[in-house]
Amino acid sequence: MSNLQVSVYRYNPETDSAPYMQEFQVDTKGRDVMVLDVLHMMKEQDSGLAFRRSCREGVCGSDGMNMNGKNGLACITPLSDVVKNNKLTLRPLPGLPVIRDMVVDMGLFYKQYERIQPYLQNDTPAPAIERLQSPEERDKLDGLYECILCACCSTSCPSFWWNPEKFVGPAGLLQSYRFLADSRDTATRERLSDLEDPFSVFRCRGIMNCVAVCPKGLNPTRAIGKIREMLLADAT
Amino acid sequence: MVTNITSFGRSGLSDWLMQRVSAVILALYTVFIVAFLLFNPNLDYYAWSGLFNQTWMRIFSLLAFVALAAHAWIGLWTVTTDYLKSTRLRVGAQAVIILGIFVYLVWGIQILWGA
Repeated sequence: MSNLQVSVYRYNPETDSAPYMQEFQVDTKGRDVMVLDVLHMMKEQDSGLAFRRSCREGVCGSDGMNMNGKNGLACITPLSDVVKNNKLTLRPLPGLPVIRDMVVDMGLFYKQYERIQPYLQNDTPAPAIERLQSPEERDKLDGLYECILCACCSTSCPSFWWNPEKFVGPAGLLQSYRFLADSRDTATRERLSDLEDPFSVFRCRGIMNCVAVCPKGLNPTRAIGKIREMLLADAT
Repeated sequence: MVTNITSFGRSGLSDWLMQRVSAVILALYTVFIVAFLLFNPNLDYYAWSGLFNQTWMRIFSLLAFVALAAHAWIGLWTVTTDYLKSTRLRVGAQAVIILGIFVYLVWGIQILWGA
């Protein structure tokens, strides 16, 4: 088997006037390794290559990137999932400013996350023990709390590309619904009133790229639909 | 809070609901008109104007025109806020769109109730 041909986005704003694609030949010894392993093999060839990684097992969400046109986590994406004709093209997450090579500035993404107030708010006196939930109430949080904020969904969303300052994006809205659905949270009305403008939630056009790319198999489109239902129920 | 002063209902929720309600009205109107044309292959002026002389047809048509106006405003407003990043260009386009919709709406009413 011939070497894997990898094309990687390179950009160092201190030395490069424009981004360019650099070609690498990587010998994977015929094994179906993860894309992150390939990145490490390339870093052995060119130690200047910059990318984020931490847990290398799909938990921390650091190495979200665009692999052959589809966002995902490099550490849990085997080559057999993305490589076509022995070629692999790696680019940073689309739509966010590039700091260097595969490293993007996640500031806008976190700003939208901060906006939905991702923490429990409860104005009733704290009980002596934990605030208990029934198993049914707890079940409502499944498919919501698992998000690791890797930004694969929001950066694959055209609505987020065009209006990243105003549209919360699929990741933020999934978390927004996580707190709207929580029986222990009492700020539901305030949360909803922050979302009823034409951009925050309603810029979602149901493209569903978020569902297609989520490495944890979550469904932000369904959560957005639930938020719309809650808004409608609250305002009609 | 994200502000919006040129959107149809000034609220994402009301725009979203209006877009869906108007879509249903337009679908019903389209199905009705297409069915009417199919069931009247030898349509002449008298049959056509006879249809539009009836009050229920005028109400139905006006409802469809208003629905079309709202639907177009909401949809095109969304397109302009997605793709036109220059404020001058965007506000200009929105003004032209809203003016055009207004003209078509009044024109439609005139055709329905005109001589």
